Amino acid sequence: MSDLRRTPLYDRHVAAGAKLVPFAGWEMPVQYSGVMDEHRAVRSAAGLFDVSHMGEFRVAGPRAEAFVQGLTPNDVAGLEPGRAHYSAFLTPEGTFVDDLLVYRLAADELLIVVNAGNIDGDFAWASAQPREGVELANVSAHWALLALQGPKAASILQPLTAAPLAEVQYYHFTRGEVAGHAAIVSRTGYTGEDGFELYVAPEAASALWDALLAAGAPEGLVPAGLGARDTLRLEAGMALYGHEIDRTTTPWDAGLDWIVKLDKGEFIGRRALVAARAEGPRRHLVGFEVDGRGIAREGHTIHAGGRQVGAVTSGTFSPTFERALGMGYVESAHAEPGTLLEIDVRGKRVAARVAPIPFYKRRKR
Amino acid sequence: MYPSEFRYSHDHEWIQVDADTCVLGITDFAQSELGEVVYVELPEVGQVFDAGAEIGTIESVKAVAEVYTPVAGEIVEVNDTLADDPQTLNEDPHGDGWLVKIKFSASSDFDELMDAEAYEAYTREGK
Repeated sequence: MSDLRRTPLYDRHVAAGAKLVPFAGWEMPVQYSGVMDEHRAVRSAAGLFDVSHMGEFRVAGPRAEAFVQGLTPNDVAGLEPGRAHYSAFLTPEGTFVDDLLVYRLAADELLIVVNAGNIDGDFAWASAQPREGVELANVSAHWALLALQGPKAASILQPLTAAPLAEVQYYHFTRGEVAGHAAIVSRTGYTGEDGFELYVAPEAASALWDALLAAGAPEGLVPAGLGARDTLRLEAGMALYGHEIDRTTTPWDAGLDWIVKLDKGEFIGRRALVAARAEGPRRHLVGFEVDGRGIAREGHTIHAGGRQVGAVTSGTFSPTFERALGMGYVESAHAEPGTLLEIDVRGKRVAARVAPIPFYKRRKR
Repeated sequence: MYPSEFRYSHDHEWIQVDADTCVLGITDFAQSELGEVVYVELPEVGQVFDAGAEIGTIESVKAVAEVYTPVAGEIVEVNDTLADDPQTLNEDPHGDGWLVKIKFSASSDFDELMDAEAYEAYTREGK
């Protein structure tokens, strides 16, 4: 696998006995002690993920806000310094180029965080837009990213930083030092648990990894890989690009209405989204629980009333609920929670039922 | 590591022959590659298969592995405990984690199988 890229934490993964696999052109840890173990650790204590492969773009200058405003459906004007929001790049048809986070670093400076597999495509797309008075740079190589997720995340992190974590609300961030290294400490994540995403210089990544694991080991902190990352986000009902969202899906299809602020002004895809909304949804992203024997997986077709009505976008065995569940698109008539479905699992029809997403919600602190 | 009385397929199944029946399971290498087994799909007693046919699947969170019978025959017993305790496959793949017992027709089907030493070398090839 020598053509694959490696994050600054590669040696740590090897030393920890990780199973490494290709992912989006990177050699990444899919698991260490096991997907179920790591998943349960995140739900009960904490897990530490290396997500340094993700991409970051810096947008700066007097027209930085206007540029991002025209490029994304969520309202950047309402995003003050110290806050982040979930958003997207959309095509003129209103479909997803990528989903992403936008951070307001300062009045004239924003950071856009994108999926690893879409870095080059997203940057080319953004670069092709008119941008006088805007500095746009792909700074992915300047950032390593560690995600510390779980109910014990704050208690593990606090001794390592002077930043008052209790004052950093969900989708807010602060800048400070963690274990002596400059970091953006962001209360965000992709697991459905409380947690932090820590942006540091690549040179600091290993030291931060070591410091966190040492501080967290007594509390049950373990390294966690992409396998657990996927089962956690699926239980939390979070979309994954290439599965629930792609260039054929709109935010309306995917239940992501809340990231679209039609009244904020023009943005790429707005016209198409207005038209699509007037037509009404043809299909819906739903959650499902499998009642029969079998594990529904991506691509398996969904049937009701004797015909195919959709397909699975993500499916797994849930470590928390100890059953097969997942998400998929179905025709609107079959999207009500409780609707009975049949899923074709490798030639066998397995009974399932539409269930509300998210499957898992953490207890509020 | 690999019992010398077993024979092994290139798909990481083990076979233990006893007169005209054999027991079939998956190897320690296979269970390790799969990870924690969460679901096992096995055939029914009485089903008949050709050599090389798919007789079931074993699933972990991330992966689905097909199980093939190297030998033509009839399923005479199925390990029902795996439905409720699939992790037995991880804990004791060469013993309590057995999958099925097959009454076979042609012992020549076994000629293609490896012995323990050859199988151990095979697992080290990175297959």
